Amino acid sequence: MLLVALVVPFALGERTDLVTLATNVLILSLLAISFDLCWGLSGIMSFGQALFFGVAGYVIALVGRDLEFSQLWAVLPLAMLVGLLLAGLFAAFLLLGRKPPTIIFVALGTLTGSYAAERLVSGWQYVGAGNGLSSIKLLQLGTYEFVEGMAFYFLALIVLVLVYLGARFLKQSQLGLVLAGMRQNEERLAFFGYRVQLFKALVFSLAGMVAGLGGALYSYHQGFIGPGNMGPGLSTTAVIYCLFGGSGTLIGPVLGTVAVEVLTYVLADIDAIKRIWPVVLGLVLLAVVMFQPKGFLGLLVSDRERIGSYGRRRPDGQDGGSGG
Amino acid sequence: MALLEIRGVSKSFRTLRALEGVDVDVQAGTFHGLIGPNGSGKSTLLKAIAGAHFADDGTIVFDGHDITRAMPYERARLGLSLKFQITAVLPELSVYDNVLLAIQSGESLTRLLLSSSRRALDGEVTALLERFRLIDRAHDLAGELSHGQQQWLEIAMALALRPKLLLLDEPTGGMSPEERRVTGTLLAPIKAHCTLIIVEHDLHFIRDICDHLTVLDQGRVLDHGDVETIQRSPKVQQVFTTRV
Repeated sequence: MLLVALVVPFALGERTDLVTLATNVLILSLLAISFDLCWGLSGIMSFGQALFFGVAGYVIALVGRDLEFSQLWAVLPLAMLVGLLLAGLFAAFLLLGRKPPTIIFVALGTLTGSYAAERLVSGWQYVGAGNGLSSIKLLQLGTYEFVEGMAFYFLALIVLVLVYLGARFLKQSQLGLVLAGMRQNEERLAFFGYRVQLFKALVFSLAGMVAGLGGALYSYHQGFIGPGNMGPGLSTTAVIYCLFGGSGTLIGPVLGTVAVEVLTYVLADIDAIKRIWPVVLGLVLLAVVMFQPKGFLGLLVSDRERIGSYGRRRPDGQDGGSGG
Repeated sequence: MALLEIRGVSKSFRTLRALEGVDVDVQAGTFHGLIGPNGSGKSTLLKAIAGAHFADDGTIVFDGHDITRAMPYERARLGLSLKFQITAVLPELSVYDNVLLAIQSGESLTRLLLSSSRRALDGEVTALLERFRLIDRAHDLAGELSHGQQQWLEIAMALALRPKLLLLDEPTGGMSPEERRVTGTLLAPIKAHCTLIIVEHDLHFIRDICDHLTVLDQGRVLDHGDVETIQRSPKVQQVFTTRV
């Protein structure tokens, strides 16, 4: 898959619009992985991942506008820190109460946060109100400026690969085993002595960090960030990417993002369904969720391989590998 | 001083008074049975000790710590371990991983993230699986085990925490007579390092394994004492002949 990703921009040749689309897919994949860390790995239903994506995007846009600074080595860690801290703040409210919160409480809490932030930003002139912030200062590395195209594509690819490997390391670790157990029966884990809510808050914060990184790249790549980039619309799209590809697999959400974005691009270009393509896309997604709830990756790998194993490998090598 | 001191514990579920001023002392190194008719409050008392329910009144002191309002993870860290009445193994994880998950619960976050103890704990996990006759199923999913084997896995997981006090809620429920016999032999050796409170309907099993018994009836302590005393107790005989 990495090989395909390396070849794509060369294969697309002079179709710069498609290179832009491919770059966008890589960046949005970070948002999808961020949601998968929450739901697929840890059982936290977050309908507000775009909040961390959007706020980090706004912060780096403001740093560019007001401080005229956009050096990669500083702004990307800054965006990660913004995502991490903001998600940590939400985790403190939603997850760290005396009693474990319900899935619905967390889902509604994150959704409300995402919606409230979108409304707040829409009316705040300092951040461009409903128009958002445009003409964002280009991302720089020394004197080199990343513009749309090949260079930005490979930057996004490197970031995505690093995030994927980091998330995979987490999933395959003994901590990943705790998360896998937590997803199945968190009450049982509390009786083992695990402070389950603390683990949830940790993963939720890390997922916020990943979303923040994605938001920064999105801002620089699009040259624009608006209220819609932190609202329930994009938050829900992240859920769809993940469910479409297969939650809990980390690679599934990336495939889901590719599929949904490419479908969107293709359907929007067909004259016969130009006006109703969101409905067609919605029906396709509905069919996947209803008839293939493990996502289309579930067609290719067994549950055993999807969940993986953490201890010793089976002598005959028939288990799902370490942590999936 | 007793390892566990329960004083005046009461618990209600809406209008139902499940426990009413229960006093129980459990000495370290003993096997203590909780018996009584259905609905007498045995499981509720066990859950109040483990933290699955909070007592409305009274106090529970474990190993010198007042745990009445402590969360389950806090109680577990003090050395309390519960085996649920309904098996609560993690069905989508392998048998091995279920035990590893329990054993590694004392590890720090950093060590868990770096998987530093995975190899070191392998021997301990394997030994427990061998002891509970599950080594041949180590790599199967826990959900694929028979009911009896799931019960053994539950006990192995509860013991993996190296508890000072192990709470077993109907460990032989749904087992064949042979499986019950094996369960008794599996539990006997833990007396050297662990105190046990056991809720069980099989009175023969309880009589064979326990030193002390507390008899509950309608949420109150009816009687308590060693096995012989309880067997001769007219109050207990009356309850068991009229209501069991």
